[in-house]
Amino acid sequence: MTIIFLLIGISLCVALTFLGAFLWAVRSGQYEDDYTPSVRVLFDDEATPDETA
Amino acid sequence: MPTLAPAPALPLPRTACAHCGDACPDEPIKLTQEPALSFCCQGCRAVYELLAASNLCTYYRLDEHAGQKVLAVELPGRFDYLDSESVQAQLLAFRSPTLARLTLSIPQMHCASCIWLLENLFKLNAGITASRVNFLRKELSISYQPEATSLKEVVKLLAAINYEPQITLAELGAQPHRGNRLLYYQLGVAAFAFGNVMLLALPKYFSFTQQLQSTFGRFFGWLSLLLALPVLLLSARGFYQSAWQGLRQRYINLDFPISLGLTALFVTSVFEVVTQRGPGYFDSFTGLVFFMLIGKWVQQRSYDALRFDRDFASYFPVAVTLLTKASEQSVSVKELKAGQRIRVRHQEIIPADAILLRGQGQIDYSFVSGESVPVAKAAGETVYAGGRQMGEAVELEVVREVSQGYLTQLWNNPAFQKEEKASLETYANNVGRYFVALTLLLALGAVAYWYPRDPHMALRAFTSVLVIACPCALSLATPFALGAALRVLGRHKFYLKNSAVVETLGRADTLVFDKTGTLTDVKRSAVEYVGPALFPSHEEAVAAVVRHSTHPLSQRLAAELPANALAVTDFAEVPGQGLRGFVGGREVRVGSAAFVGAAPTTENSEPAAALQSKVFVRVEDGPAGCYVFRNVYRNDLRSVLSALGQHYRLAVLSGDNDAEAARLRGLFGPHAELHFHQTPGQKLDYIARLKQQGRTVVMVGDGLNDAGALQQADAGIALTDTLSNFSPACDGILEAGSFGQLATTLHFSKDCLHVVLATFVLSFCYNGIGLGLAVQGKFTPIVSAILMPISSLSVMVFATLLVRLAAWRRGL
Repeated sequence: MTIIFLLIGISLCVALTFLGAFLWAVRSGQYEDDYTPSVRVLFDDEATPDETA
Repeated sequence: MPTLAPAPALPLPRTACAHCGDACPDEPIKLTQEPALSFCCQGCRAVYELLAASNLCTYYRLDEHAGQKVLAVELPGRFDYLDSESVQAQLLAFRSPTLARLTLSIPQMHCASCIWLLENLFKLNAGITASRVNFLRKELSISYQPEATSLKEVVKLLAAINYEPQITLAELGAQPHRGNRLLYYQLGVAAFAFGNVMLLALPKYFSFTQQLQSTFGRFFGWLSLLLALPVLLLSARGFYQSAWQGLRQRYINLDFPISLGLTALFVTSVFEVVTQRGPGYFDSFTGLVFFMLIGKWVQQRSYDALRFDRDFASYFPVAVTLLTKASEQSVSVKELKAGQRIRVRHQEIIPADAILLRGQGQIDYSFVSGESVPVAKAAGETVYAGGRQMGEAVELEVVREVSQGYLTQLWNNPAFQKEEKASLETYANNVGRYFVALTLLLALGAVAYWYPRDPHMALRAFTSVLVIACPCALSLATPFALGAALRVLGRHKFYLKNSAVVETLGRADTLVFDKTGTLTDVKRSAVEYVGPALFPSHEEAVAAVVRHSTHPLSQRLAAELPANALAVTDFAEVPGQGLRGFVGGREVRVGSAAFVGAAPTTENSEPAAALQSKVFVRVEDGPAGCYVFRNVYRNDLRSVLSALGQHYRLAVLSGDNDAEAARLRGLFGPHAELHFHQTPGQKLDYIARLKQQGRTVVMVGDGLNDAGALQQADAGIALTDTLSNFSPACDGILEAGSFGQLATTLHFSKDCLHVVLATFVLSFCYNGIGLGLAVQGKFTPIVSAILMPISSLSVMVFATLLVRLAAWRRGL
């Protein structure tokens, strides 16, 4: 049953990675503008007419 | 839209401008390289040429209506002030010899093309290294190399492609906006801890995991404690801070019982884990914090692109043309000193109180004082800051510095010092106070009952009562109900600063309106002819003459009269007097009574301001008549007022003269208070008096002159025609087109308060059940773990659904 210690340790590490990813995403400003990237991704190769915002 | 793509197949009845899409004149402006394209004006062609030269015509393909009509404001040296060291120091967010970075506000951006073009600026100016758009905030972050280009060049380029950034006094020295990231960090940590602690807590709830629990219980307990610690220290910090602030002001808000409950929960859990009595309530603790942070997040979510905190600085320009003996130069408005001479051109704003030295002032104070018609000022007269000069350029001598002006002094009023006004007396906080008293009473009662019987049980009951009394569901009711209401109102073009404003609107009993721009529609005005009837031919002659003048009244008159192409000879405009010209050999005079030689009537003895809205005309020696400009009230005003009049006390505060008193009396009914000639300070005082009488006042205004009243009122609503325009600091922005729904939205706010109360009742039920168990000492971790999420979630759903229902019943 000591395997539980290891498993919980691993699962916590995975969870901490996700928490880290979330904190990084907030830090890099991704939560401040959730509209522009959705338009920006459509540029470059294929110019798609977008509805007027 | 014709672009680089094949020319349009369908012949259009009128050629559309290749840039802005407006109809072109009969002889459109052509481009030599591409004769297929037509332009409506030189400005549009210039933008197209600039973009075409850099292969940026994708701009026109991305969105149908990318280009906007270019309004020619070509003033040499308009951006010279951007070279000034002090201006740069205040505008740039980062500065080094190789890199400079700043954020500019560009209200014109409206579509995908705008984003595309603004992010491809580096193709137009090699000195720009990167540019990035935040569309919701209508902001552009630009990095450029100061060696290769300058701030002035960058702004000039933006202006050249018709995206002139908005640089006002407010932008100077303003901190670049940083979204409130703390709440996201807190939410993330709380969610992480909640999820994991819940996993660790599961074994204790099931009988078949008893063995697991007995083996690992201790380990799980300590791990949960470890995970809950950052939640206490980081995520729950806001509740403790708010409760502490309230206590320091001798005030108990809803966060106080929350903090009390959280502390009790945490301390009990630590005690249980350390003494190995049990696994503790860490899952409930982290869950509580997580749910309440969601409530906070809902409460904070508002409209990024709108600003609710603007003062006069957002309206005033950054720079002004300073006249020195040798030359004229552009200087920062803040550096302006009394005694200096400045030049103000057509459409520019007068930055400081000054004396007119040279030129004919036609100053539009509609935004400042509420006067609907531009005021004529002659040399030697004082002009006040905030007015917009119409017509020729004038020279002024500054009398007072910007911060000491007639208008700007309004912001020294204590009403502007209060940061969080009126947010304390909310339902939730009132309830919170009784909640604390009741909770402590019950907790002590439980101790008194249990202590003689079972001391251990007494402690357990005491902490349980504190824990269960933590008004988690209660604290969620308001944000979710009012947050849903905020979004419903936002869909109807009524944007509120935060959800607390809904509550204030719902409790309002007095509505105060500004007149010009609020009740009236400044874009329209009715012109009425008074006097001996004009022959059609005479009317045509008048129309031909006024078309030659740039005076605002002439232009409004020209728009009213039938268009024609009669030739005018010997045209002359006498500043401050009127126009003169010959049409078909007949002399036409348009202007003041004295100028046209009209007999002074009794009407002429009215105050000067009233005279301003009349234009006299005389053709040859015929009788003189006059055109009277009347305010046009908003379309739905009558129905809105009749709907509001039954439930609210109404009042009008106008900075204008009382020429419209009779009409307003008819609209507002006999009980409304009508006040005219109100200065901005008087408006503020009037609202303050109403509040002293214990009224909850909503002020609806639009201009800088209402800024004080908007700030002083419990809820200030600014009316605006276009959202990107300036609107003074307020609690809500209402788009003018939705004015007709004002009554409905106010009634809806009232409904929302009932929803909040209903949700309170629901959450009290949960607290009641919990308390019943707690005083008996039966409140166990598993009960807590079940009751807490159910109560939180059901309150969220209940509040949102009820608000939707209320909106549906109001037809919103």
